[in-house]
Amino acid sequence: MAESTEIQKFKVVGTRPIRPDGIDKVTGRARYGADYAFPGMLHGKVLRSPHAHARIKSIDIAKALKLPGIKAIVTAADLAPLPENKTEAVGEAAMNPRYLSLNILAREKVLYDGHAIAAVAATSPHIAEEALRLIEVEYEVLPPVMTVERAMEPGAPILIPELRNPESGDNPTNVAMHLPVKKGDPDAGFKSADFIVEREFHTAMVHQGYIEPHNAVGIYNSDGHATIYCSTQGSFDVRSMSAKVLGIEVGKLKVVPAEIGGGFGGKTTIYLEPLSVLLSQKTGHPVKLVMSRSEVLRASGPTSGSTIRVKMGATRDGKIVAAKVWMAYEAGAFPGSPVTAGAMTILAPYVIENVQIDAYDVVVNRPKTAAYRAPGATNAAFAAETVIDELAEKCGIDPLEMRIRNAAHEGTPHPFGPPYKRIGFVETCEAIRNSAHYKSKLTGANRGRGVAAGFWFNAGMQSSATVNIHTDGTASVVTGSPDIGGSRASMAMIAAEVLGLAFEDVRPLVADTDSIGHTDVTGGSRVTFATGMAVYQAAQDAVNQLKERAAKLMDKKPAEIEFHDGVFAATGNGAKPMKIKELAGRLARAGGPVTGRANVNARGAAPAFAATCVDVEVDPDTGKVQILRCTVAQDAGRAIHPSYVEGQMQGGTAQGIGWALNEEYVYDAKGVLRNTGLLDYRMPTCLDLPAIDAIIVEVPNPTHPLGVRGVGEVSIVPPPAALANAIYRAVGVRMTELPMSPPRLLKAILAARHEPRLAAVN
Amino acid sequence: MATVFIPAALRKFSAGRERAIAHGRNVGQLIDDLERQFPGIRAQLVESDDVKPSIAVSIDGEIAVGGLLDPVHESSEVHFLPALSGGAI
Repeated sequence: MAESTEIQKFKVVGTRPIRPDGIDKVTGRARYGADYAFPGMLHGKVLRSPHAHARIKSIDIAKALKLPGIKAIVTAADLAPLPENKTEAVGEAAMNPRYLSLNILAREKVLYDGHAIAAVAATSPHIAEEALRLIEVEYEVLPPVMTVERAMEPGAPILIPELRNPESGDNPTNVAMHLPVKKGDPDAGFKSADFIVEREFHTAMVHQGYIEPHNAVGIYNSDGHATIYCSTQGSFDVRSMSAKVLGIEVGKLKVVPAEIGGGFGGKTTIYLEPLSVLLSQKTGHPVKLVMSRSEVLRASGPTSGSTIRVKMGATRDGKIVAAKVWMAYEAGAFPGSPVTAGAMTILAPYVIENVQIDAYDVVVNRPKTAAYRAPGATNAAFAAETVIDELAEKCGIDPLEMRIRNAAHEGTPHPFGPPYKRIGFVETCEAIRNSAHYKSKLTGANRGRGVAAGFWFNAGMQSSATVNIHTDGTASVVTGSPDIGGSRASMAMIAAEVLGLAFEDVRPLVADTDSIGHTDVTGGSRVTFATGMAVYQAAQDAVNQLKERAAKLMDKKPAEIEFHDGVFAATGNGAKPMKIKELAGRLARAGGPVTGRANVNARGAAPAFAATCVDVEVDPDTGKVQILRCTVAQDAGRAIHPSYVEGQMQGGTAQGIGWALNEEYVYDAKGVLRNTGLLDYRMPTCLDLPAIDAIIVEVPNPTHPLGVRGVGEVSIVPPPAALANAIYRAVGVRMTELPMSPPRLLKAILAARHEPRLAAVN
Repeated sequence: MATVFIPAALRKFSAGRERAIAHGRNVGQLIDDLERQFPGIRAQLVESDDVKPSIAVSIDGEIAVGGLLDPVHESSEVHFLPALSGGAI
């Protein structure tokens, strides 16, 4: 692997060209999943449970099948037999295929409001919808379990009768996993502390809020092969998961990733995809399914609500000496919340010698959670960064200085043990401290400023790339990473940099699963890092092949050819140098076409840190929070396309603000979701958000050829804590529950007015 | 001889020890040596001749990608960590 190129001068990397997919998107030519249409195509709809928890006694489809225009109905009986109950590698992802199947179509029980039960295909969406009304399902309604507290109580209703964990013995449980972590001697650490803060935090289940609903078109051919067109962050994962659920070979399934209207982690699993194939197989027609917004909210994969208790102690000089954390995350209906990531991130920015963490993955009667931008870390940081803020206040230390004094850096251990390599947390905090925002004075009643920091691992994983040299010396770069954040531009820029071409001379493409080597999901902030590494190596491979061709044409040995700035030149005297464009036109006489290839299982993924500073004004009569100013700093390693890095930082911050102030799943006593549209599920609009200043910090990742770390996630982590800290300075109440919506904040303000001791209690 | 850090969840196999010295040229051999020292620990780390999907192996501060075959050096520091999941089922 190449070493970092800190001293390297770039010509394309670091510039801000216009994205190559931009024209298609602004002219409406880009094809999203719902845009696909094929001759004879049918339309599918999904019957969903109206109950949060119920036993399915019977499903009668007879009446529905008689409806004119109905072509097929499928239930769980049409899926492959349930696999064994264990986590295994499906494709390259680890998951429990049994639970995956049970989430696609319920079998004996429904486990959340919206849980899919059956799917129909008809000649029109309206007939399909009408057929859903004619399917008769008899339920035995069971008591819903909506919170981790209730789920963990002795005697709580059990969602999955066979669920066990190593501590539950042979007893059924709703706790899917307990992860204990212990380092040093926390009790002794607390004894040495001058100040101790202990609080309990609650965060609500929230949705990623991608604008494009899930969709899939399935086409089953009579030869046993099938194609799925869908909106996904990971076409190879859709292929392997769908193959598992359907019981067909991976090689018989092709997945074509459509243009994607947002994902943020929520499009890393499957819902409609296997149903589209199943219905196509039954009818002999292509079948398209598209979720409504209500279905997206009820039955896709939001992220966990959580309960987190943090106890932290510091000495008078601001050194954090001990921390204890108890955290329980809602997994939804099946195991697999991001609580592990929460546990691994909650104290990750800091050097703390004495640590104890107990993390619990808990099933509840809510939709199965999926990834959401730095999964698990935002909940965790809300708790830890609020407590650190309070400790800083008790120590009389500036909150940023408090973080810098305790900051992890190269060589210090992560709380789980391994030492950090080169990281940029201190640089990130200092970027905020040196910003015009932080240096400015904030005045006025009910106004406050808050800061908070965040950590995310960033991932490596597998990627493939090919670089084709065209006869006119331009190139195309092909990857398998669906572009959700401008990665096509970054891939083209990396290839252009290596090939010595202009950005406009490289066209990037995202290929289907038959047309490119295995590529893991677009997630974990990994694409610019890992797929970028594959593109870098594929372009280098193309350059090496071109050197051989140039050598042939110049009558030299390949080792005698140097390549610099798009020009191939022989060492010593003799041959005339050739530009890549000239050489490309002569390839037919020098051995034929050139395609560079690379496949990587990328090592050396390096963590990212972010710090956010926010000013707010609180209306003490309504509890409404108005954001006055917001600045985010983030270590990108190397910003390939600074505008898109800034876009990721601003987008993550905007989502963090929504999570902090307004967004939440609201269930009634029966476990039925009450806010199933975007009028009631309150995401931020442009009226809620300030201009967000983005400061890119570049501490290059030494193990990436261009120094890339990854930028897609960490900026969502600090905003809720930064806002809570700002609200405290504005009106004197410590908010410990998300969202800090007007009713909740007003209640806290009123409680503090009447009883100051209650100021910290929600 | 690599230094292996035992995660809290597995310290019941190591009589509470947080670290151990183990021999082996790769992760698989290292785990075999751990099993000799702490019977029962292998089943917590290995399944179907591979590192369990729920486990990640850090070798000298870098997450390994080769499972049991990843090379380990004499002075290596090896941590068994929970594999990250963004909410996978």
